[in-house]
Amino acid sequence: MSSVTDDRTSSAAPKKGFRLSMLLYDQRYRSVTIQVFFLFLLMLGAAWLIDNTVNNLRALGKDFSFAFLTAPAGYDINQRPIEYNSQMTHGRAALVGLLNTIILAILACILATVLGVIAGVLRLSNNWIVSRLITVYVEVFRNIPTLLWILIFGAIMTEAMPAPSAFRGDDPAASMLFNDAIAITNRGVYIPAIHFTQDLGSIRIGPVAPSISWLLVIVIIAASIFANKKLIEHATRVQNATGIRPKTWWKTILILIAPITLYFIALGAYLDYPELRGFNFAGGTHLRNSLIAMWLGLGIYTGAFVAENVRAGILAISRGQTEAAYALGLQPGKTMRLVILPQALRVIIPPLISQYLNITKNTSLGLAVGYMDLRSTLGGITINQTGRELEGMMLMMLIYLAISLTISGLMNIYNSRIKLKER
Amino acid sequence: MKKSLFVGALAATSLVAGIAQAQTLQAVKDRGELNCGVSTGLAGFSAPDANGVWQGFDVAKCRAVAAAVLDDPMAVNFVPTTGQTRFSALASGEVDMLARNSTWTFTRDIDLRLTFVGTNYYDGQGFMVNRELGVSSATELDGATVCIQTGTTTELNLADYFRANGMSYEPVPIETNAEAQQQYLAGACDVYTTDVSGLAATRASFENPGDHVILPEVISKEPLGPVVRDGDKEWEGIVRWTLFALIAAEELGITSANVSELAQGTDSPEINRLLGSEGDLGAMLGLDSEWAVRAISAAGNYGEIFSATIGDQTPIGLARGLNAQWTQGGLMYAPPFR
Repeated sequence: MSSVTDDRTSSAAPKKGFRLSMLLYDQRYRSVTIQVFFLFLLMLGAAWLIDNTVNNLRALGKDFSFAFLTAPAGYDINQRPIEYNSQMTHGRAALVGLLNTIILAILACILATVLGVIAGVLRLSNNWIVSRLITVYVEVFRNIPTLLWILIFGAIMTEAMPAPSAFRGDDPAASMLFNDAIAITNRGVYIPAIHFTQDLGSIRIGPVAPSISWLLVIVIIAASIFANKKLIEHATRVQNATGIRPKTWWKTILILIAPITLYFIALGAYLDYPELRGFNFAGGTHLRNSLIAMWLGLGIYTGAFVAENVRAGILAISRGQTEAAYALGLQPGKTMRLVILPQALRVIIPPLISQYLNITKNTSLGLAVGYMDLRSTLGGITINQTGRELEGMMLMMLIYLAISLTISGLMNIYNSRIKLKER
Repeated sequence: MKKSLFVGALAATSLVAGIAQAQTLQAVKDRGELNCGVSTGLAGFSAPDANGVWQGFDVAKCRAVAAAVLDDPMAVNFVPTTGQTRFSALASGEVDMLARNSTWTFTRDIDLRLTFVGTNYYDGQGFMVNRELGVSSATELDGATVCIQTGTTTELNLADYFRANGMSYEPVPIETNAEAQQQYLAGACDVYTTDVSGLAATRASFENPGDHVILPEVISKEPLGPVVRDGDKEWEGIVRWTLFALIAAEELGITSANVSELAQGTDSPEINRLLGSEGDLGAMLGLDSEWAVRAISAAGNYGEIFSATIGDQTPIGLARGLNAQWTQGGLMYAPPFR
């Protein structure tokens, strides 16, 4: 009824013709006027920024060019996921930094998720001590800036661990762990590395050349997981049809472990143990202090936020769901795993995306402990050596933006897959 | 038409910007304070003392310029910069000059558009190791872990040196000298490399300086000097000739003790021109005739500053070496004041 009257009044207005003052006083035009005005201001601001940049670059006698990316970098990088030496280009150095950023982001995201889910569930535990301990963890870690945690972990690694020279001599002050497999020193942790006696060489994909042997490892693991998923689905179908779930545990173990084991045996895989040689340990894989400090700092810090997300997600599921599950005879563990968490994930995933993005962006704190990420290579040394602040910063912002959008895109796909299907 | 208007406007604004940039002297005078970029703390060169007053070889240079321009050696705002931030701080106008053991190189001069006004310390890159390691030469450092300040020429020299000698190393990139010192003392790196003067200054602040040796190899030339922005001839001249005034003062025997007496006029025309009792060199710089007198009174001539901050008598204990006057077999040589 009321909409009919509205239509009448609004249809009457245009007959009076258009006056300029209507842009401001007529409700129909006002919002457009305001939007156009602010758009104009925004464009003016952008134009001023660009003009200012162009002028200042001219005043400094600098041009705008990305040619520096093809010039030799001249500096070394300690953590090199791909082949790199100081004679390679600044672009290559930036790529090494980018890969280091991604490695750190993935490691920290995994740690934060694992810690966060465990802590989030345990914080709701009925056990008073457990829930209080987790409360202490969450509150302590999330209320102290992440940079401080990174510096603390860095300082612990540098100051409290023994120097490699302490492992030397007949009666060394420090010894390696696990039957001389792992050495924890003040220069990082050395762990055994897996090498192949019959290496399959490497394949060149654009600027990187990953090892074929390791690519196949990933393929085999992915195939095993896929096959196992099919097996479980089959078991569920049988259970739905007959009411009896076939035993799958030994098949699962076989599917997951046998192919990769056979592959390792076929290629003659062996463990390369770290050993003290010269100034440092050689052989094995070197996890540098900077990586460990960043990994623990970011992972444990963000884990506290994830824990709160998980707790919020669980609390969002009504108590009735738990009670219904109990009434069906499900044990508490199964109730959590099969009833509560799948529903809670819908609440947990969206804020979890933000936390993953935070971790990725916070990797740029790497410089504080000398972690050679994108910020330290392209945004640090390269900019400093070439004087291309504007180009370097813009490129870096673009790359971080691209990484973040990719992460949030992937997580959104995952989110839409697990969210409540409304039909 | 539209395009030419745009280009015209651009040219006009850039002209204005150019003029604005050329007025560092006026900006400093208006502000009543000189913004001087220094290191984040390197004993002897630039570090705050117990009272929070900045002291050191580089600091004295800032004070001399402040004295010449503002008639107050204390009217300096010291801006600590790291190896990574220093040139951006200068280019953006955050500081008026850098006096921060920065090496004069071709690319910095030409490509980065910085103006090095001269050399106030001839240095070279060296290595410091713990005596316990038993290393006596840098050629024995294959496989060592090396602490290095990022964004410096030393980083590039290090890569070149190890590559040329077919050795490998593990760089530990570090932002400031203080962090490097902490990492080195904790044993997180075997070697600390930077300019020899910096090594000596760092070692002097250790609890047991005797436990550490500076290896004999000097792997690079590092002429360190004050830096100003490109394109401001007036300001560049003031900073450059203040440095030369300090160097010439030592050569001519002008010290902070006798400068006011000599300023009354002497038999030496060169001294008279420098100290302003003859000619009008000060006016040519845009300053008054007493500028050099004030600069020299601030902390003394080059030799006095050297011996008070980093010389033999100080804990840092650097010999004059290359930094002696040219008359003494060194490289310190000021062009004539004429």
